[in-house]
Amino acid sequence: MNSADFDYLRTILKKESGLVLTDDKQYLIESRLLPVAKKLKFESIEKLVAELRRTNGNLLKNHIVEAMTINESFFFRDKTPFDNFEKVMLPSLFESKRAQKQIRIWSAAASTGQEAYSLSMILEEHAEKLKGWTVQIIGTDLCSNALEKAKAGLYSQFEVQRGMPVKYLMKHFSQVGSMWQISSEIRSTVQFRHFNLLNSFNTLGHFDIIFCRNVLIYFDRDMKKDILSRMEKQAHSNAFLILGASETLIGINENFKTVADTRSLYQLKKEESAKTIGVTSGAALTMPKTGTFRT
Amino acid sequence: MKQCLIVDDSSVIRKVARKIMEEANFEISEAENGQQALEKCRHNMPEIILLDWNMPVMNGLEFLKELRKEPSGDTAKVIFCTTENDMDHITQAISAGANEYIMKPFDKEIIISKLKEVGLLEA
Repeated sequence: MNSADFDYLRTILKKESGLVLTDDKQYLIESRLLPVAKKLKFESIEKLVAELRRTNGNLLKNHIVEAMTINESFFFRDKTPFDNFEKVMLPSLFESKRAQKQIRIWSAAASTGQEAYSLSMILEEHAEKLKGWTVQIIGTDLCSNALEKAKAGLYSQFEVQRGMPVKYLMKHFSQVGSMWQISSEIRSTVQFRHFNLLNSFNTLGHFDIIFCRNVLIYFDRDMKKDILSRMEKQAHSNAFLILGASETLIGINENFKTVADTRSLYQLKKEESAKTIGVTSGAALTMPKTGTFRT
Repeated sequence: MKQCLIVDDSSVIRKVARKIMEEANFEISEAENGQQALEKCRHNMPEIILLDWNMPVMNGLEFLKELRKEPSGDTAKVIFCTTENDMDHITQAISAGANEYIMKPFDKEIIISKLKEVGLLEA
């Protein structure tokens, strides 16, 4: 790929998704876009770029943005954030939200759904304690194909083994041919939405927990600041923010404070404003007397 | 150094598993079937056992049931590592006292995640 095409694609990606590609990422574009070019019957990436230059077509742009922004995901990825979810965040919210009995969780780069479903499976372990509570899990991603897979909840044998304890496989999955499908009960607890982090977050409502792992690394400093500032506005007082293990907020946001003795876990420290609790039209998960999730 | 017993009748699988476990800083011993493994455990109980299901002489499930009857036989973490990839086999294994279950083919990432799950590696 020549440098003019590389720069052209970089400009489009930044404008459409905020994704920033440094000079050393040309291989990434080539490896991600070659399958797209083949799928769309172009002889090469160069031909695909030429067509994009000629038409400036949104459909072609979407294919490119989706291919470049899809993130690897697996159940209980990195384990620690999920341990923190269960042992730090939930106990804290059980206490601070006991009057409202409502928890809203955002998986901000849901990809193929494993993160959101992992959270749901943990919540199901606490069904007894969550009786009478409403829990919403919203999973958003820019990639429509990934979201379709997330909604179907169908995973390969390889995918259900990377990080997921066998107890969850036994409890929540069934075999469908060579694949494993997560139960309709767990699927019904998560609402997936196509969403671009560059857009306004107002339609999403407000959250108590935001998982935003390994996403901000793709944005430049100004974009990171902007996204975090807008996340802050959507966060309830004392809400938690979870970043990837290698990510930090130093110099980017001062209101999310590191939670002591944890890694990549932050908590918002600000005065509670008189804002309305942001319940949107999303699926509300309640813990009924039977102790199981329902929408 | 923690000890790992790899029980599999395939020398290729034992070799692959040995490499992964050595990289994870375990000391390795090997057995080709359940009977050999049981004898090794009676002599020296390892911290972790990677266990195949289908083997001659004594299969993995029979071995596990015998192991759990041994004095200190409940101290070893057992991870089944088998081509048996259906829920019925998984349920049998866990009911018999397996701590985790891997369906072949596996890779390093899967084994490492299971080791973390049973508490033998830090998350």
